This record gives sequence, structure tokens and C-alpha cells, in this order.
Amino acid sequence: MKTRNSEITPEYLYLSRREFLKSVGVLTAGSLLVSACKSEDVPFKEPEVKASHTPQAMRSTDELGDPLNSYEDITNYTNYYEFSTDKTSVSRLAQDFKISPWAVAVDGLVHYPKTYDLDDLMKFTQEERVYRLRCVEGWSMVIPWIGFPLAALLKEVEPTSDARYVRFETIYDPIQMPGQNSSWYQWPYIEGLRLDEAMHDLTILATGLYGKPLLPQSGAPVRLVVPWKYGFKNIKSIVKIDLVAEQPTSLWMAAAPHEYGFYANVNPEVPHPRWSQTTERRIGELSRRPTLLFNGYEEEVAALYEGMILSVNF
Amino acid sequence: MVWIRNKWHLLVTHLGAMLPLAVLLFDWYMGDLTANPIRAATLRTGKSALVLLMLLLACTPLNTFLGLSWVLPLRKWLGIYASFYAGIHFAIFAGLDYGFDLVLLRDAIFKKRYAIAGFASGIILLALAITSTHGWKERLGNRWKQLHRLVYLAASLAVVHYIWLAKSDLGEPLLYSAIVVLLLILRIPHISRLGRRLRLFLTRKIIYPPRIMFH
Repeated sequence: MKTRNSEITPEYLYLSRREFLKSVGVLTAGSLLVSACKSEDVPFKEPEVKASHTPQAMRSTDELGDPLNSYEDITNYTNYYEFSTDKTSVSRLAQDFKISPWAVAVDGLVHYPKTYDLDDLMKFTQEERVYRLRCVEGWSMVIPWIGFPLAALLKEVEPTSDARYVRFETIYDPIQMPGQNSSWYQWPYIEGLRLDEAMHDLTILATGLYGKPLLPQSGAPVRLVVPWKYGFKNIKSIVKIDLVAEQPTSLWMAAAPHEYGFYANVNPEVPHPRWSQTTERRIGELSRRPTLLFNGYEEEVAALYEGMILSVNF
Repeated sequence: MVWIRNKWHLLVTHLGAMLPLAVLLFDWYMGDLTANPIRAATLRTGKSALVLLMLLLACTPLNTFLGLSWVLPLRKWLGIYASFYAGIHFAIFAGLDYGFDLVLLRDAIFKKRYAIAGFASGIILLALAITSTHGWKERLGNRWKQLHRLVYLAASLAVVHYIWLAKSDLGEPLLYSAIVVLLLILRIPHISRLGRRLRLFLTRKIIYPPRIMFH
């Protein structure tokens, strides 16, 4: 059954409910200990009421005028094979995933290698970016991300002149991520960008969506978003960013080299063996719509690929 | 009541075969079919057709090896329902997903190997469903049996369709394929003869244990 917005418990309420349960636990344990003394002064910790975290976006459409997908759809229909290959099971399997403490090690061909914790990442100016996400499977969404340009982080660590590519790695934790026990793939998840793609202003590290921190199923606490590429390039739950000289081999390139190339730019002219890339289904819409070259960001990014044959460098 | 006592297998077959459709319609109505209901409905009807095909292929070996002759009359309906779900599967794909856009459909079907395999399987199932009636059986005589052996091809194409559709994780498609391969192996004359004789020996209907004979 569809859950109406009004039926979803706001985060600050359920958080306080948890606090409540916790304090009841403390209370019970406490009263057992002190019952002999008949103390009635076990403090009932008043839960801190946090600011409302109901999903909110600054804009209601993308720059082409298409409406945002709902928070429910975005957070309940997710490809995250580390948890499950079933898109609708991910949110349940990921709900207890620990995102704190977290560390992203930025290393490799840089002048100032640095390990960022979550607070460090949140120090970058966070902004909302409404992007289309086009999955290689032929469906798409419009998502209001919160994040910051990857370029801002890369400028801090200063890539050396030998750095040509950026290699990203997801956390490897098969206990928390049951899908990583599957031997069909070489874990951990790896992705890569050419340095100029990584430095492009559209490329962001996302920490939230719809005004809220990312949920585990969406790649919490920090994930890549490159809106002109197929969705699988947007590596989730990143723990490692390396500047390298050679083109990295992504998990999908290793799994099926004829199907997934390094670039994976959205391109209706480059067919995939299974899914039509000429059209797509926008989640929530009945009829298919034409897929746009570079997912509609042609003006911004086409220059990156000047002179390249896109059907060869797919 | 007499009808139910004599034909309860058939009744269970009808009810069981309609169940996936009922659940699908219910889930659709309740909005419980993921954020991408067309895709979910396509996958579910495809899987229903595949499961029904495997049940159909299991009937003959169940009779040969276990002597369950009452499953034989169910084959016709299992086949019809498999074709029925394959038809809905295709109708959702062509109608709901592609809005009967023939230009898009031409590319979606004939440029993807998985779609070609599935389409061919569906055409065969349609032909077999049409000729499953008593009238066609009479009209075709001996050739009817030969024609209906094409269900082996349809089932094989269906699992190939499924394998080619999978990304890299072939676990489930390979499981279905293995079942189909096993059910086809059990039909090889030497093996089914051996199975039949083994069954008769174990149930003491013949006194000599079976030997593998090549003649």
C-alpha cells in the first residue's frame, strides 16, 4: 500500500521516540538498581526536539521544467547491489548501515593527501542541485541532491601534474552489506572519472537529498553524482578517492566489458545489448520519453569529448 | 461434488494458474508494484509464464518415473496458461511500456538478442495454444504430437531470454535453465525407459531389475 506523506512519522518525532525508549530502558534498569533505596529521582531525559527534517527541496522542477520525483520513490527504488539486486529490498536491508564514524581517504597523485571525516565534508558549502538521473536500465528520475562540487575537494588536495584520472572506491564490509558476498562481482565497487570530468562543475559529491542527509540506500554518507553519465557511475558510500595516472577499471567494466565502458555517457545513439537507450521511462510517467544526449547536459559537457568517437569510447 | 472429486487436480491447476494474475492486479490496484509498476508487471508475468512452462514439462517425467498419471491431462491447461502469461507479458511490454509505437518496438524487439529469443518463444507458445483444442488434434493427426514437441524449444528459448536479460548475476536464470535442462534430459528415450522399468521393478510390477540397453 502507498504510504501518504502525512502518515510518515517526521524524523524528529521518531528520533525522540527512540530516545524515549532508550530512557525507558535506563529508567527500568535504574529503578531495579535503586529500588532498594526507593529513590524516585531517576532523571527522565527530556528528548531534544530537533529541527524538522521532513523532505523539502528549494525547487520543484529541473531546469527543463520536469517535476521532481517523490522522496518515497527516490529512496525506495534504488540500485545498490551491495545490499540487494532487488531495487525495492535495498531500503530495508540498508536501514541499519553505520555511517558514523566515516572517513574518506583522498590519496594518490596529490600534493596534500588528506582523510576527511563527515564534519570535514560538511564544511564544504552545501548546495542543492536538481539533476536528472538516467539508469542504464532505461528509467530515470529527477532528484534534488544536496552536495558540493568534487572540484572543491580536489583543489584542496592539489592533484600533481601526473594525475589523469580519479578512482573512487565504496566501503567493503560484507557483514553490513550482504550483497558483497555475491561472487558474481569483484568487490568493492570501483568507479572512475577522467580528471577534467571530475573537475567539472556539474560533478558533485552528494551528502543529502530533498534537504535531508542521505539515507543508507541512497549511498550515505557521501556519494558521487555525475548527471550526464548513466546512474551506475554515481558510486555510493565512498571511502577512498585516489588520483591516478592510468584509467581505472570499474566494477562494471570488469563484470561485462562489452556492455559497460569507462565513460558511460548517456547517449541515445549508442545501443546497449539489453536496454533501449533511445528512450526512457521517467518514474511516475506512463509513456516513454526520448533520451537526451549527455542526459540533457550537452551544452555543459560536450566540449569534454570533442574529437572522441563516442560509440567507441562508450 | 462428484466433479470436484474427479477433477480436483484440474481445479487446483486453474486456481493456481490464475493466482499470480490476481495478486498482480491486487498489487497494482493497491499501488504496491514498486515505483516502476510497468517493469515490475513485465517481470512478474514473464516469471509466471516460465514457472508454468516448467510445471508443464515436469508432467511427463512425473508420470514416467513416479507413475503419477493424473498429471497428464493437466499439460494442456498448463500450456494454455503459460501462453496466456507470455501473452500478457508481451502485451505489457508492447502496449504499456512502448505504447504500441511500432518504430520503437521494431528496435526494441529485433535489435536485442534477449528480445528475439523471448519473442520467438512467445510465437511458438501462441501457435501451440491455438492448436491445443480437440479439433486441431484431430485435424493434425500424427503431426500434432510432432508440432507440440516445439514446447521444448519454447522453454529453452524462454530460459535463454532470461539469461540474456540478466546483468552479471546469473544465479536465478541459471537455476531455471538447469531445471529445464533436467526436465528435457529425463525425456531422452534411454533415460525415460530406464526410469519406467526402475519404477515398475520397485513397485514389483516386473521382477527383473532394469539394465541399460542400447539397441
